[in-house]
Amino acid sequence: MASKFLLVAQREYITRVRKRAFVVLTLLVPLLIAGFGLFIGKLAQSDETIDIVDVRDDSGLNVASRLVSTPQLQFRAVGGTLAEAKQSFQAQKHAGLLYLPAGLSEKDPQGVQFFGKGNVSLSKENRVQTALTDAFAELKMQKSGLTQTQLDQLRAKVPLSSVSVDETGKEKDSNSGVTTGIASALAVLIYFFIFLYGVQIMRGVGEEKSSRVMEVMLSAVKPFDLMMGKIVGIAAVGLTQFLLWGLLSWGATSVVIPLLTGGDQPARTEVAARPASPAASTTAAPAPADNAVAASAEQMNPAKRANAIGGLFDMLHKLNIPIGTIVFGFIAYFLGGYLLYGALFGAVGAAVDDQTDTQQFMFPITMPLILSYVVGFSVILRNPDGPVAFWMSMIPFTSPVAMVIRLPFGVPMWQLALSIGLLILGFVGTVWVAARIYRVGILMYGKKVTYKELSKWMFYKG
Amino acid sequence: MQQVNSRPILEAREVRKHYAAHTALDGVSLAVPERSIFGLLGPNGAGKTSLIRIITQITGADSGEILFRGEKLNPSHIGQIGYLPEERGLYKKMKVGEQLLYLAQLRGLSRADAVQRIKSWLARFDIKAWAEKNVEDLSKGMQQKVQFVATVLHQPSLIILDEPFSGFDPINANLIKDEILRLRDEGATIIFSTHRMESVEEMCDSIALINRSHKVLDGAVSAIRNQFKTNTYEVEGQGRLLVVHPDFEVVEQKARENDHFYARIQLHAGATPNDLLRFLIGQVQIHAFREQIPSINEIFIRRVRETMPETLQETANALL
Repeated sequence: MASKFLLVAQREYITRVRKRAFVVLTLLVPLLIAGFGLFIGKLAQSDETIDIVDVRDDSGLNVASRLVSTPQLQFRAVGGTLAEAKQSFQAQKHAGLLYLPAGLSEKDPQGVQFFGKGNVSLSKENRVQTALTDAFAELKMQKSGLTQTQLDQLRAKVPLSSVSVDETGKEKDSNSGVTTGIASALAVLIYFFIFLYGVQIMRGVGEEKSSRVMEVMLSAVKPFDLMMGKIVGIAAVGLTQFLLWGLLSWGATSVVIPLLTGGDQPARTEVAARPASPAASTTAAPAPADNAVAASAEQMNPAKRANAIGGLFDMLHKLNIPIGTIVFGFIAYFLGGYLLYGALFGAVGAAVDDQTDTQQFMFPITMPLILSYVVGFSVILRNPDGPVAFWMSMIPFTSPVAMVIRLPFGVPMWQLALSIGLLILGFVGTVWVAARIYRVGILMYGKKVTYKELSKWMFYKG
Repeated sequence: MQQVNSRPILEAREVRKHYAAHTALDGVSLAVPERSIFGLLGPNGAGKTSLIRIITQITGADSGEILFRGEKLNPSHIGQIGYLPEERGLYKKMKVGEQLLYLAQLRGLSRADAVQRIKSWLARFDIKAWAEKNVEDLSKGMQQKVQFVATVLHQPSLIILDEPFSGFDPINANLIKDEILRLRDEGATIIFSTHRMESVEEMCDSIALINRSHKVLDGAVSAIRNQFKTNTYEVEGQGRLLVVHPDFEVVEQKARENDHFYARIQLHAGATPNDLLRFLIGQVQIHAFREQIPSINEIFIRRVRETMPETLQETANALL
């Protein structure tokens, strides 16, 4: 009776998609994401601003010229009295004033002060501290007889680049930040999808039960079709919602935010709105602030924008992140995990009379899901090839979350195949169990159901 | 009453159904004649709903079989059966029109046909204005009407109504009664299931009595009544009633004011009511004379008393 199954799924889909809550949520979330992105963007932007530190050097050791400016921190020597300097750094909105008092000894520099506006942040203080330490080290070394040229050579930076090696020995750039970001985003998506829509299945079954429409339905449709129709219909609702969120978020971040920020740093905000791709900043947003003109020019040009997304994929490719496997794996675990848990949620909805009674049955169902989420972030993300990661990505109840975390780091083919095979067995199993509980439970009223009772239901005949 | 057709539309043979704690049906056999109104009667918990759920294929029997027009009951019959459960219920947040369309399609009706019939049924019940309303916005009685439409929309040849008149006010109950009779006249077979036997006995062509998972009695209503007739007549009149006659026996006699009386007199074999009348006319003024016809309820109780061991008679007594 495939057509009845489709009718059921269609009804579940249409009645839900038409609900006001669905429309509101669909429109609201992208705005929230865009707003959040804007917020993060602003934060990141303020974090990236260059701090200018005034230096008032009375020591006579010429420390000011030895302080090395970094992209985040620029030193600027100022003259005048200390009092004047204190006023001028505030007036000019500089980050602070470094005061090196007269009679400072390079061996035991005492009395150096840093005046900041309000409380001085630890990171700012650290940067100033580092620059000072380096400056004094140089000073001492010069005093001990090194020439300026020798000093310059000493100062040479050692660039460090991570390279990932795959099984065939091909070497590629590696960026653990991007990989971790993608892994987290996939896990969060699957986790929330299963939870949000699993609970909807449970509620839907509960509604049918409490409104007593169940008996009418069952005289026309097989319980299995009714259950699966609901599960599939709700999955379609979820997919629709995610698709719309994706499209609208993209629209909101690429149209609304640049309008709001007046073309300021579009690439950065876009990236912030999509946590999965923090690395895009390195491709799409070259050193911000100081070339704001270039950035706003880029924003004006839609072709460039498309390039930014193309660039993201380029970069993922360069980073040896298996995009194909991730997309395939994500869809497989997304659907497999949802079906597995969805069936169980449906069974819980069928087993109880009252939505408030669901707690005792919800707990064992949500346990493995929550466990895989927590362990996923605390253990698997750090050691994606460890034994915990392996076993959790094999067990069907935990594999949907555990395996998608591992996917961006690269998973051996046999493990992926075995895990998906087990997941398929897993959901066939839970659907079977759930269908039996469902079939009996939906017509059972006024009974407090226990686990013992549930286990008996499995073996009831037709 | 409709002529009862010989060929059964539905036949149950030795149907048994056990649940974990109790037996719901213990070898129940019955036949429902086509184009008739069939009463499935019995007290609460007798097994009526279990039997109906097996007929509507919501559950299966443990053993025994159900034949629909001589064919073993299977999912292809779903479209030919309409079912109004005792516990009424519709999707609360769905519009009346859409809900009817959905249920009709699930029973195998095409969309176009369903739309057409929904229109004509809503017009017949004068509830066209409700089509765009959510079910939860309707009163309980209105919902019942909608549910009745949902039950018969796909023109089932077998309509099963569980406690059909509960929840209807007298006006709507009559409306539904008329519709049921019309459907029967148009060729449908109707099974009534109820524990309130008096509410349907005048409509039923034949009945089956079920008690404690057993069928106690079945057959055409007229035949059952005749079978349980005791040849007793009620007489009301004025005068001194004194019956000393080999053919007549006074079962009960009550004196009333002003020399009036009420009596129940049983005729012995061979005597006719006219013999009794002739005998009485000589002595008293007769104001009323009628045969005492047992109601289905009385027959049921008698039958249960006869067939059940003493310990179970409490059930029967409780019904009195």
